[in-house]
Amino acid sequence: MTKEVMQLDRVVIRFAGDSGDGMQLTGDRFTAETAVFGNDVSTLPNFPAEIRAPAGTLPGVSSFQVHFANYDILTSGDRPDVLVAMNPAALKANLADLRPGTTIIVDTHDFSPRNLQRAEYTSNPLEDDSLQSYHVHPVDLTQLTVDAVRQAAEGPDSAGEVGRKDAARAKNMFALGLVSWLFHRPTESTLEYLTAKFGDRPALLAANLAAFKAGWNYGETTEDFAVRYEVKPAALRPGAYRNISGNLALAYGLIAAGERSGLPLFLGSYPITPASDVLHELARQKAFNVYTVQAEDEIAGIGAALGAAFGGALAVTTTSGPGLALKSETIGLGVALELPLLVCDVQRGGPSTGLPTKTEQADLLQAMFGRNGEAPVPVVAPRSPADCFDTALEAARIALTYRTPVILLSDGALANGSEPWRIPDVESLPDLRPEFATGPNGDDGGFLPYLRDPETLARPWAVPGTPGLEHRIGGIEKADRTGEVSYDPDNHDRMVRLRQAKVDGIAGSLSPVEVDDPSGQARVLVLGWGSTYGPIGAACRRVRGEGLDIAQAHLRHLNPFPPGLGEVLHHYDRVVVPEMNLGQLALLLRARFLVDVYGYHKVRGMPFQAEELADLLKGVITGG
Amino acid sequence: MVDLVDDPSAEGFRSVFGVPRVEGTLRARDFKSDQEVRWCPGCGDYAILAAVQGFLPELGVRRENIVFISGIGCSSRFPYYLNTYGMHSIHGRAPAIATGLATTRPDLSVWVATGDGDALSIGGNHLIHSLRRNVNLKILLFNNRIYGLTKGQYSPTSEVGKITKSSPFGSVDEPFDPLSLALGAGATFVARTIDSDRKHLTSVLRAAAAHRGTALVEIYQNCNIFNDGAFDLLKEPGVRGESVIRLEHGQPLRFGTDGRLVVLRDLATGELRVVEGVPDDDPAIVVHDAYQADPTYAFGLSRLGVGDLRYTPIGVLRSVSRPVYDDEVRAQIARATQHRPGDLGTLLRGKDTWTVPA
Ligand code: SF4
Repeated sequence: MTKEVMQLDRVVIRFAGDSGDGMQLTGDRFTAETAVFGNDVSTLPNFPAEIRAPAGTLPGVSSFQVHFANYDILTSGDRPDVLVAMNPAALKANLADLRPGTTIIVDTHDFSPRNLQRAEYTSNPLEDDSLQSYHVHPVDLTQLTVDAVRQAAEGPDSAGEVGRKDAARAKNMFALGLVSWLFHRPTESTLEYLTAKFGDRPALLAANLAAFKAGWNYGETTEDFAVRYEVKPAALRPGAYRNISGNLALAYGLIAAGERSGLPLFLGSYPITPASDVLHELARQKAFNVYTVQAEDEIAGIGAALGAAFGGALAVTTTSGPGLALKSETIGLGVALELPLLVCDVQRGGPSTGLPTKTEQADLLQAMFGRNGEAPVPVVAPRSPADCFDTALEAARIALTYRTPVILLSDGALANGSEPWRIPDVESLPDLRPEFATGPNGDDGGFLPYLRDPETLARPWAVPGTPGLEHRIGGIEKADRTGEVSYDPDNHDRMVRLRQAKVDGIAGSLSPVEVDDPSGQARVLVLGWGSTYGPIGAACRRVRGEGLDIAQAHLRHLNPFPPGLGEVLHHYDRVVVPEMNLGQLALLLRARFLVDVYGYHKVRGMPFQAEELADLLKGVITGG
Repeated sequence: MVDLVDDPSAEGFRSVFGVPRVEGTLRARDFKSDQEVRWCPGCGDYAILAAVQGFLPELGVRRENIVFISGIGCSSRFPYYLNTYGMHSIHGRAPAIATGLATTRPDLSVWVATGDGDALSIGGNHLIHSLRRNVNLKILLFNNRIYGLTKGQYSPTSEVGKITKSSPFGSVDEPFDPLSLALGAGATFVARTIDSDRKHLTSVLRAAAAHRGTALVEIYQNCNIFNDGAFDLLKEPGVRGESVIRLEHGQPLRFGTDGRLVVLRDLATGELRVVEGVPDDDPAIVVHDAYQADPTYAFGLSRLGVGDLRYTPIGVLRSVSRPVYDDEVRAQIARATQHRPGDLGTLLRGKDTWTVPA
């Protein structure tokens, strides 16, 4: 049957189901198909902290949102155009995010009174009129899947029977097949993936393939779906691309930093959501001379890393907010020892355990100040999943050049979100090879472990095994130059200022802050940091699309700030700073530049929506 | 980096296999740093420092390949006084820091200097986990049964009833025995010695250095300021013979004046007890064997002195061979890099790529 084909610029699809329904996998596969097709794509997984919340309940709903377009996009999309709901709870939990006219594909199989009650429905939404304003496709996905799987098992190429439960579990592949058909996705990558995953279990492989194909064919043959959609590939910069999540990009950035510095990469880490995937990835990559120590706790993780740094490794610890709190004392020791050390904090909702699987940007002040004494630490933050790669390299550059701990602030949305990444040419990556001390540096032929490089103020990195440079370092205040224990008041004052000057001096190696102000007429600047880059950028496009002027700047370096930031802030009438906290960057900007920034704050565990930020910015621009 | 094979038949200081040898010989004075030693006059730490400086030349490795890492406390000032590489870190964390260093640098001999508060209180977790992993570290635990640096509070090894500034009515805390704790954590080498017995202390250091893996050496150390005489029972000429059980491999545990005391194993319960007047041919007399695979016997020994120190074994309680954490980590990396060294370009490209044409 011939179907009408409609062209679209962009689409947002949300797959939602029970935690056990495989929605993350479904979303992942759809993303892979979409990326290979050449659309720009951005994703946002959203799942509960419990591994298996009670089945069929609202807290148990897990979802995966994919935004793809024929142009470069910045966010995972505000509101879905298509919702795939695998059960009543998934429908209910996501309905509030839908605009009228949204397409809903809903598995009707589980709309029994009992399951409706579990999802806190008092009447069946498929039968009352509550879904009238949406475009609903009720499909018994589960039954169709079971039938398709059974048919395959009876067919000539049968690989054997699977039980009804395993058959029903393949319903996510039916949904994927159907949605893949609906949007003209290439299916090779999914077929290859399934073959690799179930290669040694032929019956399960057959079941999943049958479900996937049945989903595709269902779209093709039934009259329920009269229209198919097409989103043409995006005109991205030429080059080789792949899809990458923030945590993977961070892990690869660390490996690249190890390779480009010529140092063994050492990770000391304790498992914590949402940072553990970095540990998992690095633990696999031993062929790159990567050491991973899964430590007994957060403190031991960073302790082991600091020990490895003393020995000349590129040392890293990864964690999330609560873990950063535990590492504070050792970061302070790193400040005193002046050794390179990367501390990657994948931020999540806080305080305390907070919202482990949700995103937030509320560790900025902890990163800046969460230590005893004057303990300045450089802070950097990636702006997008793929940018985690470059930011890891930049953090390593700072740590190795200035011999200092560096805190990298990623967040849950970046860590699990993904986007296409233009794969860099290895030779184009920065050269990070450090210079180790090899001989005496004192006038009298002795070794002065705290004699500083006049330009960077970095001290020599003299690793054990270097003859003649035997020295002792420690957390007690050290005498300038000699590094000996010193309680002298003047010396302490000097050392505190030297350490601060060293970190402040990093600004000299940074490019001035870049402002995107296409018309040059803007009177309002919107400034952000970290993962808000996407929604802020998308909001600016909307604002400009309506003929208004807005300038945008985004900070990768939060300590020290890039040169020229003060001038930029003072140049505009209004500076708007949206943050997923209660105004932490705003506080720093006010203190540092005496500028009255206008903060916009939200801590709902989810990224900002472009729409809300656009409304905010329009209000500021027009309201004066 | 050298891939070390832990060969159990190898002789000598197995902890430093893979560490560059020194040409010629070093002297004790080569290990003295230029720092003025600042412990209280009469502190037991001086004797330990002298013994360690006296022993290190015997190791036969280059001075620059030796590292001492410490935590916080009087004993943790130790690295400052040794002319090796050293790090005086933060309270309790030395074993964790040393683990990172030892794992990445098989060409170093890594030592930890710690105390009873540092190792057993704030740093208890790191201590037990380094023992469990069997990292190639030599841990010198200076046990003076008191907090010295903070001016005299009871420690996790202080006896019940101890009157200190923070326990004016007597401590109600049950103490740890560090060796029992270590054995419970799976330690492969556990020994005890006394600060004032230079010869014995040196022999224990020698045994520790011969052990590949974590060696825990508890050193009873006198804090003459806040806990003076804590170990007099084991030191005073008149009484020590009646209380110190010297462990020597293959020798029956007989001690006291004219050997009147023996350690007997209760054949029903396996418990060890000190008994008087037992004939030499009694099969229940314990003959010391530090190499027993099962830790039950060593644990029994560690319980003998608990409480009042009345019968205290010194020497090597346990010394067994087990895979060494850092060797194993390096072996995995060596296998991976030899099999197929990583290629960054290939890694970054991954499997699902597409090309946007120019
Ligand atoms: S306080 Fe005690 S342990 Fe510390 S240096 Fe003085 S005597 Fe030694």
